[in-house]
Amino acid sequence: MFKRLAESSPAVGIIVDGKPVSARTGDTVAAALLAAGIGHCRTTPVTGAPRAPFCLMGVCFDCLVTIDGVGSRQGCLIPVREGMKVETQLGRREAGR
Amino acid sequence: MVAEGRAAGAGTGDEFDVAVVGGGLVGVATAWGLAREGCRVVVLDEGDRAVRASRGNFALVWVQSKGLGLAPYAGWTIRSSNAWQGFSDLLKQETGLDVSFQRPGGFHLCLSEKELEARATVLKRLHNQPGIVDYKTEILTHDQVKAMLPDIGPEVVGGSFCPLDGHVNSLRLFRTLHTALNARGVTYLPSHRVDNITKDGGEFRLTTPHGEIRAAKVALAAGNANMRLAPMVGLEAPMRPERGQIVVTERLRPFLNHPVVTLRQTDEGTVMIGDSKEESVDPSGLTIGVSATEAERAVRQFPLLANVNVVRTWSAIRVMTQDGFPIYDESKTHPGAFTVCCHSGVTLAANHALTIAPMIARGALDASLVAPFSARRFHVQAAG
Repeated sequence: MFKRLAESSPAVGIIVDGKPVSARTGDTVAAALLAAGIGHCRTTPVTGAPRAPFCLMGVCFDCLVTIDGVGSRQGCLIPVREGMKVETQLGRREAGR
Repeated sequence: MVAEGRAAGAGTGDEFDVAVVGGGLVGVATAWGLAREGCRVVVLDEGDRAVRASRGNFALVWVQSKGLGLAPYAGWTIRSSNAWQGFSDLLKQETGLDVSFQRPGGFHLCLSEKELEARATVLKRLHNQPGIVDYKTEILTHDQVKAMLPDIGPEVVGGSFCPLDGHVNSLRLFRTLHTALNARGVTYLPSHRVDNITKDGGEFRLTTPHGEIRAAKVALAAGNANMRLAPMVGLEAPMRPERGQIVVTERLRPFLNHPVVTLRQTDEGTVMIGDSKEESVDPSGLTIGVSATEAERAVRQFPLLANVNVVRTWSAIRVMTQDGFPIYDESKTHPGAFTVCCHSGVTLAANHALTIAPMIARGALDASLVAPFSARRFHVQAAG
């Protein structure tokens, strides 16, 4: 659905739910997920409904993901890093993760 | 939702058996109990901006520690704790709403040997009082606590456990009681702050900004405002409100099967952290240092909370009588006027609905149950 305007910046490899995904330097995690065509990044704590990045500016909290083992990170505020592990957050976060 | 202003059917010609002053948890629990007894009830409430403990409380149905200084308060609290499951079942039958009452037993955790010693001393003093009901609170070591709460941190040296402690979803309880009142045809009048009460020709006349309400009896359940209202009917309710603050986390997967007096996981997954006390009675604003201390102690108790996100904090004013114990009284000079006043509106909700309300419906408090809670005790202390 989303297309990059330019592919100029250097590639960065991240892992999403165990699978390699190619991102670009300067991408936020949320942008990288959207560009990779990943349909949703979490499910809600109560009804389990799927959610994808929405506001992309730190307000809506729909892009919460687990990053390098820490849950409920806002994907739209965190730039990708080589080797970063991103996981879909299913329902409620687990305390301690 | 209930419309602001005068509800339909509450014209000046209407008369009520009982006017309950106060639409918080104490008022609505009492009003519901009165309606069950067949009384025609009106609840006179303030508006949305009322300083309302019912929306800010910590939602424990709590027994341990209650009664030091007034032994019958322990028995009264246990009575409500024991009645709570039945109370919640009745509400569910009437409304279909589940208030998520649970009584798995609760903890008071200590972060130093000194705290644990102080805790043990309090419990010993409590249990040594004549006429106390033993409610089986035990002091447990770190290992014994850890067997029941696997996620405690190394700094928890031990704590006390009482099998009668529990908790509830108190916002849902508040909503459920209002739903039940509505279903039973109770007249609920918001924005009807009571300015004055007189008794005239055998009935009470309550002055509000929207006119006068008349009723055969009056139950004052207005929290800290009972201090202002009680003298109008020959009663007294000495209060000393205090402020508490609560920190709420994001929803987490269940990890805590027992409520702790300062920390509990709700049925919806959020963790509430609280139990601060400040003399301030300003309901707006927060003392950040207080929230920070609460959060810091919570992380020492449960280190896995260290990275968890906080989604809300608030402060609320506790309803508190001068000595912390409930006040239930009936007026000698204005027969038919009662006070129902306490700090623990959640814990005692079952008693208010199922024990106090029937007494008010009959027109007399049962001294064998509530005599120790008369405000006359304050005069004894003054004389001593």
